[in-house]
Amino acid sequence: MKTIQAPLKREDIMKLTAGEPVLVNGTVYTARDAAHQRMAAAIRAGEMLPFDPQGQVIYYTAPSPAPPQRVIGSAGPTTSGRMDIYTPLLIERGLRVTIGKGERDQAVKEAMRQYGAVYLATVGGAGAYLARRIVSATVVAYPELGPEAVYRLEVRDFPCTVAIDAWGNDIYQRQ
Amino acid sequence: MRSISAETVAEAVCQAVIEINTHLPGDIEMAMEQALDRETNPAARRSLQILLENARIAPQDQVPLCQDTGMVVAYVEVGQDVHISGGSLEAAVNQGIHDGYLRGYLRKSIVQDPFNRVNTGDNTPAIIHFHLVEGEALRILLAAKGAGSENMGQLAMLKPAAGIEGVKQFILKVVREAGSNPCPPIIVGVGVGGNMEKAASMAKVAVLRPVGEPNSQPELARLEAGMLAAINDLGIGVQGLGGATTALAVHIETFATHMASLPVAVNLGCHSTRRTCINL
Repeated sequence: MKTIQAPLKREDIMKLTAGEPVLVNGTVYTARDAAHQRMAAAIRAGEMLPFDPQGQVIYYTAPSPAPPQRVIGSAGPTTSGRMDIYTPLLIERGLRVTIGKGERDQAVKEAMRQYGAVYLATVGGAGAYLARRIVSATVVAYPELGPEAVYRLEVRDFPCTVAIDAWGNDIYQRQ
Repeated sequence: MRSISAETVAEAVCQAVIEINTHLPGDIEMAMEQALDRETNPAARRSLQILLENARIAPQDQVPLCQDTGMVVAYVEVGQDVHISGGSLEAAVNQGIHDGYLRGYLRKSIVQDPFNRVNTGDNTPAIIHFHLVEGEALRILLAAKGAGSENMGQLAMLKPAAGIEGVKQFILKVVREAGSNPCPPIIVGVGVGGNMEKAASMAKVAVLRPVGEPNSQPELARLEAGMLAAINDLGIGVQGLGGATTALAVHIETFATHMASLPVAVNLGCHSTRRTCINL
């Protein structure tokens, strides 16, 4: 199976095709509803973001608390569609990869095609399995949001499927 | 008159929420293994294998099956000859949830207010339905329902003229529109009849019925089997990746209704529909 290093280089993004299984290694940032709302507000107010999205990867998850001696609790993907309203703005600011589960809307796909971004789907409801693929987790912003805080994660062999590629091919598009 | 202490109820609920969040129900695990045997789509097979592995890892690592450890729903059947001592039954159920979600390292997903959205910090309150029944038993059907699947449910107040065809079309519409979002393979719970809230409540109870237990009325059992086949023909598949495994079961419950009404509610459960029954 193809392995990709996060953050991804542009040439690596362009080589991915919808339907292809991949293993992700490297650094990703978590963010979901509340963190997206704050980041979008910060962009509109011209404020600094908690991390520079340029070339980065956002994983839509809000993990359960880490039990003693574990890096993180359960950490599977949440429904990506709830973030659609914020995603084009983040892609304009340099975000290049999103990881989650489920369909994306037309505006997200349009932005992905325009800027050369990909959307990866991982396995919804496999939070315990995926937690073993996360080797470190650090809160980098909005700690007051609890599980919805922004974490920097280091992942190893994190299994995904290319769901929408940079050309707009979409595995969820059914007749 | 039998007496049960509020503390006993709280402790049972506490243990139950930890248990259901880390252990996949055996009937669902078996249904997924059977689906894997039948499934030929490689992407769907890969996901099913990961989900079955996930069910083995969660109890080993003492980590929940899914990070969304849900909003707790409790159907409490109270025997009319039972007395709850040392506090209210409702408070005892919520105390158990408070204790279990903290002790079990479960995620706290409940916000106090739908507009202000401040987390309550202990996953309370639960949605609790009380039913008074004969006898001196206390029975709690308990579920931790994730929002990914819950958000995809729908309800329609059909015209009686729509009939059974209208109900079938509505079920298919809900599943089609839900797509991959409710984490297929799903369990489809349907409530037909009653009124608005009765249909919704029946749909939730239907989702929580064990897989492999068809409706006891033969004609409804046939309708369930027919709808399961129709849903699996939609081609959504495991995680929306295609293939023949969109649903593991369709469960339908019915109730008397008004002559002018045909309410139908569809509640979806993900592949990790976490539930148990506490008998005290």
